Amino acid sequence: MRVPPNVSAAAYAQALAEFAQAIGGEWVFTSDADLDLYRDAFSPFLNEPEERIASGALAPLSTEQVQQIVRIANKYRIPLYPISTGRNLGYGGSAPAYSGSVVLDLKRMNRILEVNEQHAFALVEPGVSYFDLYHHIQEHKLKVWIDCPDPGWGSVMGNALDRGGGYTTANYRNHFDSHCGMEIVLPNGELLRTGMGAIPNAQTWQQYKSGCGPWIDGIFSQSNYGIVTKMGFWLMPQPEAYQRCTVSVPRYKDLLPLVEILNFVENSRITSGFPDLESPLLGYPPVGQIQLWNETGPPKMSAEQLNLMKGTKLGYSPQIEAYGTRAGIPYWRLWLSFHGPEEVIQAQWRAAQRHFARIDGAKFAVVDQVKLPVAAQQATQYHEPELGVPSLRAFSIGARTPWNPTPSKGHMWFSPIIPRSGEAIIEANRVFSEAAKSLGMPLFTTFTLPACFWERAFIFILATPVTEDPKTNMHYREGFKKLIEIGGQHGWGEYRTAPVFQHAVMDVYSFNNHALQRFHATLKDAIDPNGILSAGRYDIWPRHLREKT
Amino acid sequence: MRARRIIGSLAAGVLLLGGAPLAVGADTLAPRYAPGRAVYEKWCAPCHDPGIIHPGTHALMTKYPGGSRASGAITAWTDLPVSYVTFMVRHGISVMPQFRKTEISDEELASLAAYLARNTPTR
Repeated sequence: MRVPPNVSAAAYAQALAEFAQAIGGEWVFTSDADLDLYRDAFSPFLNEPEERIASGALAPLSTEQVQQIVRIANKYRIPLYPISTGRNLGYGGSAPAYSGSVVLDLKRMNRILEVNEQHAFALVEPGVSYFDLYHHIQEHKLKVWIDCPDPGWGSVMGNALDRGGGYTTANYRNHFDSHCGMEIVLPNGELLRTGMGAIPNAQTWQQYKSGCGPWIDGIFSQSNYGIVTKMGFWLMPQPEAYQRCTVSVPRYKDLLPLVEILNFVENSRITSGFPDLESPLLGYPPVGQIQLWNETGPPKMSAEQLNLMKGTKLGYSPQIEAYGTRAGIPYWRLWLSFHGPEEVIQAQWRAAQRHFARIDGAKFAVVDQVKLPVAAQQATQYHEPELGVPSLRAFSIGARTPWNPTPSKGHMWFSPIIPRSGEAIIEANRVFSEAAKSLGMPLFTTFTLPACFWERAFIFILATPVTEDPKTNMHYREGFKKLIEIGGQHGWGEYRTAPVFQHAVMDVYSFNNHALQRFHATLKDAIDPNGILSAGRYDIWPRHLREKT
Repeated sequence: MRARRIIGSLAAGVLLLGGAPLAVGADTLAPRYAPGRAVYEKWCAPCHDPGIIHPGTHALMTKYPGGSRASGAITAWTDLPVSYVTFMVRHGISVMPQFRKTEISDEELASLAAYLARNTPTR
């Protein structure tokens, strides 16, 4: 039997007996075979001694059972690591941050407590996936949309708590921002409700976010201060129509005004759907079409274009620009999407074109016009999440296809936040492509465009493969850490990362001698004095482990 | 538009490969396999239903061109023993992760494996 660190075998056996009494013996997992199911399937430490593993797993069915588990864990100082659906692949999966912890698997807590059509919100438990919530809404014919990330099996709550993003309109794409109200089991077993939920018999728990007094919801995301057992989310009323359009521009330098105008039209709500950047000339796909490229292959290019691409520097050469002009291939293309009444969409699109028209040679096209709702089957003609439909199609990334004969074992996302400007895109390409080249990291082809999930900043996402070869994985891990450090030197930091990189990432957030990290530690000691909860998550360690790390 | 062409050819591909969900043919399925099919539809279908828009199917089509596995759709395979299904669900392969017992219980896995192995002759 595996035993958690700093716990005697006898104390652990006693704790396990009490856990079994609280939740039923069949939901206490201790065998190697059962615990191997909690390994991070995309671990960059695959089959190495440093891979983070679980000493046990507990699967409660209710908030009361979570409270009981937490009280027992305090008594025996058992390190716990809560997961929701355990599908945070690329960011740690179902494995604990502190190896040897007991995973608290909340997948069985999968009740959709309410979907309110009139006030457009949902209240869910941790085990509810985007698929579950979508199917529930469809079955009950409710006229509301979810906003989902690419992996539809992810937890609605878990994704928000790890501050993930989606693809519909700006108000909903930031999943943490679109939450409203939480219920939390604190590390001492006490139950807390935030926002208006702190009022007994609250009438607006899911309608007003902050309640009164300090608004503490943020400290329960990317942290280890409590176990969230209920969480509310604002949903979008089902729009009448969806339209996807493109703005294509001919010259390299057009990237600067293209992004500048995008910011204006988006922040003015002239457009609010997911914007997406592409370079037809450099063969770089928009985020929402990566799955199509994996499925049907990259677009065909002439030998001349491919050859010219190789000769570009930071994606530029006068020759390729001239070729693009000659062949009618735009340097950049911005995809804009609109959701709403048809007549509003047309007016918005007209206004957007008026603004983009100040770029000389800008061309406009309407690619898709869809009357909503669409059935899930019809949505497969599009990037499903942009129509509020969950899917697993993005798992074509790294999977075997005719264009990828050597499938990976997963990937780790290097995802720094950079300013939302054309200059920053070029600068990030310069800094990271030079670094990746010197580190031998296979991250760049010619030029990389960022993802536009957030309205006020870009995520410069680079997928780093995980392989079956420990030597290669070690090389990529070390390179990944170096990239984090180099990003930090330029004032850029990750928005989210897997446990193996959380120390390196948080180390970048070091203003005033790590004042932020010291504050996190102060909170940790006050809220979780025995340090039982998710030790090490986002580099927040309990006192007894801080000195050791 | 190039993007239109991609989407157009994709839709055609789905049609050719039989994009309709398998459940449509439910009538012919022996009732004892219904629980296994329900597990398949919840956990496997998003990656393994027919057509290249399902990454598991596309990977298997690419891996096994020609022959009885060529469609890549595991629901149609005739050489998929129970032990193989059980192993894959609990171990995963490539970008497919393993599944925990809180997702697919041992009992559900047994019914899933029986469903997927229904066309496979037992030795």
